[in-house]
Amino acid sequence: MSGPLLQVENLKAGFVQGGQMTKAVGGVSFTIDRGETFALVGESGSGKSVTALSVLRLLPQNGRIIDGKVILRGRNLFALPEVSMSSIRGRRIGAVFQDPQSSLNPVMSIGQQVGEVLRLHKRLNGGALEARVIELLGLVGLPRPERHFTEYPHQLSGGMRQRVMIAIALAGEPDLLIADEPTTALDVTVQAQILGLLKRLQRETGMALWLITHDLGIVHDLADRIAVMRNGLIVEEARRDEFFRQPSHPYSRQLLDALPRLSDCIGREPVAQAGRPLLEVSDFKVHYPVRKGLFRRVVDHVRAVDGVSFSLWAGETLALVGESGCGKTTLGKGILNLVESSGGRVTFDGADVTAARGGQRRALCRAMQIVFQDPHAAMNPRMIVGDIIEEGMKAVMPEMSAVQRRKRMEFLLESVGLSPESRLRYPHEFSGGQRQRICIARALAVEPRLIVCDEPTSALDVSVQVQILGLLKELQKREKLGFLFITHDLGVVADIAHRVAVMCSGRIVETGPTEQVLLRPQHPYTRTLLEALPGLRKAS
Amino acid sequence: MLTLFWTDALFLLLLAMLGGLIWHSRRHEHLRRPWRKVARSRSAMVSAVILLAYLFIAVLDSIHFLPPDGEGGVRYKTEPVSVLDWFLTPLRTRVEKTYSAPLAVQGYAKENLRLADGSSRWDYPRLEFGGAHLKDPARGWLRDVLRTGFKGAAGGLGLGVILCFGTVFLIARVRELPVSLVGGEVLSGQSEVPWRAILGTVVVLCIVGGVLGELALKYHVFGTDKVGEDVLYQALKSIRTGILIGTLTTFVTLPLSLLLGILAGYFRGWVDDLIQYLYTTLNSIPGVLLIAAVILLTQVYMAKHEEEFASLALRADLRLLFLCLILGITSWTGLCRLLRAETLKLREMEYVQAARALGVRQGTILLRHILPNVFHIVLISVALDFSSLVLAEAVLSYVNIGVDPTTDSWGNMINSARLEMAREPPVWWSLTAAFVFMFALVLAANLFADAVRDAFDPRRAD
Repeated sequence: MSGPLLQVENLKAGFVQGGQMTKAVGGVSFTIDRGETFALVGESGSGKSVTALSVLRLLPQNGRIIDGKVILRGRNLFALPEVSMSSIRGRRIGAVFQDPQSSLNPVMSIGQQVGEVLRLHKRLNGGALEARVIELLGLVGLPRPERHFTEYPHQLSGGMRQRVMIAIALAGEPDLLIADEPTTALDVTVQAQILGLLKRLQRETGMALWLITHDLGIVHDLADRIAVMRNGLIVEEARRDEFFRQPSHPYSRQLLDALPRLSDCIGREPVAQAGRPLLEVSDFKVHYPVRKGLFRRVVDHVRAVDGVSFSLWAGETLALVGESGCGKTTLGKGILNLVESSGGRVTFDGADVTAARGGQRRALCRAMQIVFQDPHAAMNPRMIVGDIIEEGMKAVMPEMSAVQRRKRMEFLLESVGLSPESRLRYPHEFSGGQRQRICIARALAVEPRLIVCDEPTSALDVSVQVQILGLLKELQKREKLGFLFITHDLGVVADIAHRVAVMCSGRIVETGPTEQVLLRPQHPYTRTLLEALPGLRKAS
Repeated sequence: MLTLFWTDALFLLLLAMLGGLIWHSRRHEHLRRPWRKVARSRSAMVSAVILLAYLFIAVLDSIHFLPPDGEGGVRYKTEPVSVLDWFLTPLRTRVEKTYSAPLAVQGYAKENLRLADGSSRWDYPRLEFGGAHLKDPARGWLRDVLRTGFKGAAGGLGLGVILCFGTVFLIARVRELPVSLVGGEVLSGQSEVPWRAILGTVVVLCIVGGVLGELALKYHVFGTDKVGEDVLYQALKSIRTGILIGTLTTFVTLPLSLLLGILAGYFRGWVDDLIQYLYTTLNSIPGVLLIAAVILLTQVYMAKHEEEFASLALRADLRLLFLCLILGITSWTGLCRLLRAETLKLREMEYVQAARALGVRQGTILLRHILPNVFHIVLISVALDFSSLVLAEAVLSYVNIGVDPTTDSWGNMINSARLEMAREPPVWWSLTAAFVFMFALVLAANLFADAVRDAFDPRRAD
């Protein structure tokens, strides 16, 4: 059969909200050929996931397909009855979504979940079914397929679960695999494995891969053709090599420029380590007891942070890098006394923080603040922005009058790039980036000297990320702030950090100036992390 | 002379607090938003109108005073009456001898009648008040009932229409739009708040009220009970009892469940253990047992201290109050558990952590960050519990551990119906009246509570 595998023509889709239609996709056309990898790239809200869900006819309840045609191997999918559509899903088109946690049913074993698809689409049963499931689990690179067959989702890691999802998607031997942000919830090293797996599977089975992502890095490594989406429209479509050599649309160029690269760190001046360090952490430990039995006796400890030491000078950014579960967030919270420490000392400008209580603690609190990852959860939805920023001033600066507080609040809003009128609005009225700015203003309100930034940009789009990082750098220069910058993203590290500490299983395995650690890594773990990075970021 | 009972005072205090809450909500966008959503729901607003009508009667019945003795000067009668009693004086005072059917002109049982000529006859007696104005009831009754009912309906319709016009004028005034425009919008049902449904309900209520009012002046609309009291009057009086039990109970449940739930969830550790032990223990004692014990104890106490509880009304009132208290004590655990769970989740939220990092005191965090964010749960659960408490009163009074037998309540009416239904022919109207009044209140409360839950529950927000 000739012609493209999938043809999308003038697809329009939207959501009904409060009786009104909000358009999410406004007329998108593209084709995917047999065996090729097509990448749909865009920032959050650009309509890329809605496009995929429309093709699958899996839009949420209030979603509507307004217009357009989707033709798969000569059949118009929008004209099919629901019964034949469900035989297309899974059989002709497989799909892998972002969150492997919620995509698997927690009370069904892995074998049952993969087998379900086979029974449905391939009419396999009994021994043949089991053999095929185990074969599939082996194909997606799970280490012990026979054992995983009887295991349950919670017994697997995030990366393994995503492999199971891929196995389920492949079970029907589809012609097209839709992968919607398949690695966004995963660590870099796992991401590299999953991407490698997808590439290998595509080569072996000859299926087409439709990759949907916000990350140009993985597009660079995987895609044959690229379409950039913005506000529900495709603004540019090109072959990969052309796209990365000479993007034609300004928005594509902006996206490419916003992508942090390792080479950004070359030539950054280190901060002079003279005099007393601002923050000194020695042999810091956070252990969680594991309790068992009738009397809940402590039988063991989870060593979240296990003897970490480092120093941080004023005006310096120390990046704390590691994969999820390595204890970097716990360490950040432990320094601020937000979680109980189990040992070690934290000295802030000569004062022992771990021993401080009551009024002394509040004074120290004032000098160390935190900015969180998720700007949606970091502000009380029932308070207006003014009250949110004022809260810290009220708590630790009782000497300030209401007028002074108001003045300072307006000054802070302006210095993070928001209008003073914002103070009367609620957090939900702002975008993610603006909210993160408010969180930074809140932290700045009490005149801190150190800010722990806990993945402050990982919930944001790349173009917003650049702005926030720029803001942080500018504030650091002006106020001589120290940043403890916790992140998993080595690109961001290259962009902002003076020094890097790499964490693995609760310990720091390597520290040094950014340029040295990123470009001449010593420890094997650091090397693994760097090798897992998509090619585009490594390019200088 | 105004004499408020304990329950009166507490009920009015509660209403004042509710008013304060509404005033507070008006000034906060995040509170106004869900209420606007409630206001857009048609079923919720129709229910709200019915609830307000009930509430209005309950408030009228909760302002007690000692009526003047009639001879001028400053002497008062000893038994206090409420404003509602004062309005319903004709219903209250026109007591027949015993049972009579709805709208009847004759008694329900035959008795020995002494005729004017001195002979006696075994027949149904004419009622003393019901239909007493009719010369020949056999011929004129139906026409009189219809004419009176029609007159009442017309009066009610007139009042309803006047109210509608008044409302439309007010809306036009507030929104500074021409009256014709607002009127057209309301009539075509295109206004944002479903005014057409609201005003329609008001008109229907006015008509029902008019018919009942006109008929009640001449007849006993729902008949009379064993001692000849008007059943409509009893049913109206029962509204206060039902609403009081549904609302005053929150005086106990709210402080207990809010305080303990939030403390347990926020501080965890031994505080949590202690509070959990407390409510699991309390939960494992049968509620009915506790209620019976407390009601018996209050009765014994009042019997021993007779001099302090002189009037019957005062005793009945205290029993009602204690019933509310004990119902509260047995029903706070559910909400407490919900609040504990929600607080456990909230304390790990990043804004709470940020507040801790900023050095905000624990008490302030609880008041400013936790409390407003669990408030929707409190509101939803209070609204949902209201109807079940009204029903609980009926059940408890039925097994004789509810309100005082002298207090008018739907439960007591149903309780007496136990014997009445066993008669031949059965006396069905007490039960029916109690059922209709209670059903309307509970249904309205449930529909309203559903709308409140839809508007406030963040998981249902679209």
